[in-house]
Amino acid sequence: MREITYRQAITEAMDEEMARDERVILMGEDVGLFGGAMACSKGLYEKYGPERVIDTPLAETAIIGGALGCALTGMRPIAEIMFIDFTGICFDQIVNQAAKVRYMLGGQVEVPMVIRTQGGAGRSYAAQHSQSWESLFAHFPGLKIVMPATPYDAKGLLKSAIRENNPVMYIEHKALYNNKGNVPDEEYLVPIGKADIKREGEDVTVVAHSRTALMALEAAERLEVESGIDVEVIDLRTISPMDEETIYESVRKTGRLVCFEEGHRNVGIASEVSARVTENCFDYLDAPIMRVAAKDVPIPCATELEREVIPNPDWLVTAVRKVLGEREKVPAAVGYTSCV
Amino acid sequence: MATVMKGRGEIARLDREVAEGFLRTMMLIRHFEERSLELFTKGELIGMCHVSVGQEAVAVGVCSELRGDDYVASTHRGHGHSIAKGADIGKMFAELLGREAGYCKGRGGSMHMADVGAGFLGCNGIVGAGIPIAVGAGLSIKLRKTDQISVVFFGDGATNIGAFHEALNMASAFNLPVLFVCEDNMYALSTKTGDMSGAKCNADKGTAYCMRSRVIDGMDVYAVRDATRELISAIRAGEGPAFLDCKTYRYYGHSKSDTRPYRTKEEEAEWRSRDCITTLADKLTAAKLATAEEIEAVEADAARQIEESIEWARQSPFTNPEEVSKYVFAE
Ligand SMILES: Cc1ncc(C[n+]2csc(CCOP(=O)(O)OP(=O)(O)O)c2C)c(N)n1
Ligand SMILES: [Mg+2]
Repeated sequence: MREITYRQAITEAMDEEMARDERVILMGEDVGLFGGAMACSKGLYEKYGPERVIDTPLAETAIIGGALGCALTGMRPIAEIMFIDFTGICFDQIVNQAAKVRYMLGGQVEVPMVIRTQGGAGRSYAAQHSQSWESLFAHFPGLKIVMPATPYDAKGLLKSAIRENNPVMYIEHKALYNNKGNVPDEEYLVPIGKADIKREGEDVTVVAHSRTALMALEAAERLEVESGIDVEVIDLRTISPMDEETIYESVRKTGRLVCFEEGHRNVGIASEVSARVTENCFDYLDAPIMRVAAKDVPIPCATELEREVIPNPDWLVTAVRKVLGEREKVPAAVGYTSCV
Repeated sequence: MATVMKGRGEIARLDREVAEGFLRTMMLIRHFEERSLELFTKGELIGMCHVSVGQEAVAVGVCSELRGDDYVASTHRGHGHSIAKGADIGKMFAELLGREAGYCKGRGGSMHMADVGAGFLGCNGIVGAGIPIAVGAGLSIKLRKTDQISVVFFGDGATNIGAFHEALNMASAFNLPVLFVCEDNMYALSTKTGDMSGAKCNADKGTAYCMRSRVIDGMDVYAVRDATRELISAIRAGEGPAFLDCKTYRYYGHSKSDTRPYRTKEEEAEWRSRDCITTLADKLTAAKLATAEEIEAVEADAARQIEESIEWARQSPFTNPEEVSKYVFAE
């Protein structure tokens, strides 16, 4: 085992896969000598040269369309979009082209491409640089969506994504790059489509992903210490296709569920998890499911305001206590009064 | 090919009052940016902060030709445009410091600075996104039959994005009163302008959409002013959109964390030696239109105004978290 950062995990995954398969290329804005806006491709340009680590013009549509064209004709591109907020520009290439081309063409093609991008708030980057758009992309059949929370998952999932013959959106979280964690010395993969139980517990299930998975672990520790509440934390890791079985199994055990995400509450991943559990585990539920998510407000810049919109471990603690029937006054900030 | 214009800022043309105004506004922008960076480094200002030090002559030269009711749309590097269009510096600092008195009530920050009442439609976090919006303002001007114009600033990098091309084409097709101002500071983050486009220069993209296009020394505020004057008079005369390509340079990194590995110290020094503020100050003293002391006094005054604005912003209250949902929808 070695300890590396989330950022290093991403670099290593790309490096190993580029060494393994020369069809793998990286393209995007400032990914070359500069090493990427989030410094994830440092050293790759020097190692693989400008033909495999390609600085593109500032043109997201051409980046994704270009990667798709490469994928359809024998390459295995990784396309980097600096912020997930900028996928608005290439939305068509992602959802109307890459996601559907195989199906529309009756299976004539495979689309081995990865869209690496980064989202999340907490940096006072304001409304166009702080969003969590996974639920948007999860709506579309034909796209796989993975979101690692730890260096271990970051490396293993990216390697799997690069080997996948379908378009994968690999969404990093901007607040996690310097987080450290253990990874094996030897090669390993983390399968796409498999959630991870990051903490076992008996009393209540929390389903989270990306940064909220880490926040859930923090909240779980507190609940254990303060009240002896035993929380099971499931990290989805893959948003789509979702590993329903792991969730259902947990809910059948605990009988209670809180869905926790950083995206807006309206039509989010938490809503989706909640709906599926209601449909499939209704008889096992001992309390209404609760969602803890961002307020339905564009992410504001000022620290005091941003803090008010983005969920934190406190919100989760309050929600867990509530589904366990502890009658506490719920702060308005949590924004789930409709569940009462 | 677009017409390349020589700088025409000859001393004889300098009129003391105008020159002092240019100097003063450029110094205000310079001090605003330098102090913002300091506040950023100290952690008092957070989020993102792209400064335009080195590029002041473009903002000032262009905006000096605008009327109060003309529109300006801007970029992620837009503090200078905001100041040149006449925004209140205290309210700008208040925005950067997350105060209720800020232009956007703390919701926008640096990348979304805007003073819509003064025609400053706002900075933008999405590269290129301001360009179609400015074209829309141009369309509105045409439909409302006024003689305003709409101006949009954007970087060299933005000329490679689809929104730019769609917007130029529509402005040209509809003969709209829009001035497109490219601030070619040689880089889009780390990539060189010439490496990222087959076009020889940005202005050729204006020519491609059949608009009057000029290339100008963006370090010379008079050259920028003169070219803007020519283009705007054609636009106001109903001759359709125009394109101004200003060659300039950002002295600092793209943002705070950028250590500029993609360019040399020599190149930076060469551009700094052509600094828009010192060049103009030198011209004024050489022509005996101002003494060194007088120029220092202008600078001291600008610096003082910046300090007072920061203090004013610091004294003003923070945003109110209870009102976080305010402004999502109009009532
Ligand atoms: C659509 C979009 N893509 C990428 C970015 C990230 N980004 C912000 S500024 C910038 C470079 C812009 O270059 P240029 O247009 O030349 O303006 P400059 O920064 O040089 O003033 C990049 C890549 C963004 N904000 N929006
Ligand atoms: Mg530039």
